[in-house]
Amino acid sequence: MIHTTELKEAMRMSTKIQAQREVLLSIRDLHVWYELRRFGFSHIGYVKAVDGVSFEMAQGETVAVVGESGCGKSSLMKTILGINIPTRGELIFEGKNLSKLAGSDLRDYRFDIGYVQQDPYGALPPFMSVQQILEEPLLVSGVKDKEKRMERIHKTMTEVKLHPVEDFLHKFPHMLSGGQQQRVVIARAMILEPKMIVADEPVSMLDASVRVEILKLLRSLQEQHRLSVIYITHDLSTVKYFSERIFVMYAGNLVEKAETRRLLTNPLHPYTLALLAATSDPDAGNADDFKEVPPGEPPSLVNPPKGCRFHPRCAKAIAGLCDEKEPVDFEPEPGHFVACWLYQKESP
Amino acid sequence: MSLVATQELLKIENLVLHFKTTKGVVQAVDGVDFELGTNRAVVILGESGCGKTSLSKALLRLLPRNVDKYSGKVLLQGTDVMELDEEEYRQNVRWVSMSLVPQAAMNSLNPVLKVGEQVAEPAILHLGLSKDEALGLVYKMFQHVGVPLDFVERYPFELSGGMRQRVALAMALVTSPSLIVLDEPTSALDLLTQANIMNVLKRIKHELGTSFILITHDIATSSELADEVAIMYAGQIVETGDAKDFFPAPLHPYAQMLMASVPRLRSDADPIFINGQPPSLMNPPTGCRFAARCPFRFEKCSEEPPVFRKGNRKVKCWLHN
Ligand SMILES: Nc1ncnc2c1ncn2[C@@H]1O[C@H](COP(=O)(O)OP(=O)(O)OP(=O)(O)O)[C@@H](O)[C@H]1O
Ligand SMILES: Nc1ncnc2c1ncn2[C@@H]1O[C@H](COP(=O)(O)OP(=O)(O)OP(=O)(O)O)[C@@H](O)[C@H]1O
Ligand code: SF4
Ligand code: SF4
Ligand SMILES: [Mg+2]
Ligand SMILES: [Mg+2]
Repeated sequence: MIHTTELKEAMRMSTKIQAQREVLLSIRDLHVWYELRRFGFSHIGYVKAVDGVSFEMAQGETVAVVGESGCGKSSLMKTILGINIPTRGELIFEGKNLSKLAGSDLRDYRFDIGYVQQDPYGALPPFMSVQQILEEPLLVSGVKDKEKRMERIHKTMTEVKLHPVEDFLHKFPHMLSGGQQQRVVIARAMILEPKMIVADEPVSMLDASVRVEILKLLRSLQEQHRLSVIYITHDLSTVKYFSERIFVMYAGNLVEKAETRRLLTNPLHPYTLALLAATSDPDAGNADDFKEVPPGEPPSLVNPPKGCRFHPRCAKAIAGLCDEKEPVDFEPEPGHFVACWLYQKESP
Repeated sequence: MSLVATQELLKIENLVLHFKTTKGVVQAVDGVDFELGTNRAVVILGESGCGKTSLSKALLRLLPRNVDKYSGKVLLQGTDVMELDEEEYRQNVRWVSMSLVPQAAMNSLNPVLKVGEQVAEPAILHLGLSKDEALGLVYKMFQHVGVPLDFVERYPFELSGGMRQRVALAMALVTSPSLIVLDEPTSALDLLTQANIMNVLKRIKHELGTSFILITHDIATSSELADEVAIMYAGQIVETGDAKDFFPAPLHPYAQMLMASVPRLRSDADPIFINGQPPSLMNPPTGCRFAARCPFRFEKCSEEPPVFRKGNRKVKCWLHN
């Protein structure tokens, strides 16, 4: 890989800027394992859904986590949201260790992170009106004054463009289009003015043109409130409009972490390359040839392959190494991390 | 003329499927026309609720009980299959010359039957094959769609989503129909699995000469198979044409905006979104159905536009008068 000195300098600057921004969330060697029991008692193993994940996020930063179904994206997010308890590892939010939080501190932590679920159609309680849905978190968090609550509801609904507000307040979810329902989900995530939003496949159930509308809305909310956002998706074509960095996840591990432009123009991990190659743009001519797809399917997370988890599918696997030793993170260019033995020598 | 007739596999004229509901009539498919040649694939693109699944049901005559109106012509190799009675239709058309992979097919396999038996079933029922003969065909089909042969003995829950979708495809193929209708065949699948399934479809098209109607809202993935494109909006087809003409330069304002809304990996163009929502199919507007959202709307648009021809392309919009 050849880099001009200029580019290297730019990279160093951008990492510096990142370092200067205040760290909001820091995750170290996080493991989330689910115990498997036969008939509810005898232990038969663990689903290692998150298996040694580390990263830092700055205040106001946007990050996309990309990976296929079952690779552990939601498990990672649920841990960040405080729903799952880490099996091992640390999660530090604003300098405080999540595992040491209790009582009202833990409650406050949960209010600091808004959650936009995977499926808008399943995320909203069918028998509650939009007003009731948005009022609930305010009541739970102790906003006792009705007027204050309504003020916040109006403000948030206007921000997510559910206006005129009066037209929507008393509607039930089934009376709303998919896009409008997703706006309600976003409003609910925003209503307590969180510092961070976790959006788990927020647009995958929506139509193309509504997708763009919702992603642009999230983007503008992010900029306006300087929110940190973790955007989970399997769609690489949407990430560049949305995130500063991309983390690629495979079988419980983050296999590549880089600034978005870098990852898209200079992808390094064989799995990332496979994902990019499989992503189509809508062009005539695609029908003329076949796509290259790595053989096989993602491994079981109960007994993942030894060494690199991608090795049974990897055309570049180095025998005796990739199938034996788990790769560590290498940094072939500043701020660009890849867990793959191919980059061992290039690291400084 | 006769040469053209043999090349043409399917011709649909003014196909209509309306549903009765307590609130009124839903005009889900409302005057659809298109043609398809042998060994060609057309993709029907449209947003949620525009009538894509209803169109697939109308094509295969798989109708719910609350049909209000079902009419039009479906000429398959020159025969109008709408004229056939149910028995003739079952014997000669459904599964035999035209089969369907329904939306969410991979989740609708019978959970208590081995997948090999399920794939064999249409061949036994519709081609009158013996169980052994049918199983022989199953092995062949598994090879075509890339399912390991020993999977015939497995149950659906023992297979991944991608493998189940391949099984559903094998089931549609086992009777060697000349046409397969695929309703959202990849939308619940992962990226790499989607790419695999599209490869399989391409391979089947090359190896078996099958024609496809691929119904989807996934524009990018659809381009992997498309020879032709038909854009559906509010129960109607508003544009048809060759993929090679359509993708670089759609003609209908809706098609143009829909294409511009697709985020691209390999370009920095900022995707746009279309303001507003599609009209209700209960009381669709009388003029152009896209008028309320169309930036090019003019007086004429309060009348329903006819279909205008532009070379090989067709577009239902007054701008192309
Ligand atoms: N509560 C649980 N108990 C046992 N296993 C679980 C549990 N939750 C998730 N898993 C398993 O952990 C793995 C990771 O699941 P997770 O939901 O995190 O994946 P994901 O990347 O979000 O997938 P998707 O894209 O399908 O949403 C899967 O194998 C899943 O079956
Ligand atoms: N049996 C039925 N009775 C009444 N209305 C129906 C029936 N089936 C479908 N519809 C309605 O007809 C319209 C078209 O539905 P259809 O399922 O064909 O859309 P679609 O384009 O396949 O949507 P999607 O992309 O969400 O699958 C919708 O408004 C739907 O609610
Ligand atoms: S570590 Fe080896 S097997 Fe894993 S991705 Fe790199 S080259 Fe392939
Ligand atoms: S007919 Fe008129 S309203 Fe309809 S798409 Fe064409 S220009 Fe727009
Ligand atoms: Mg998930
Ligand atoms: Mg449908």
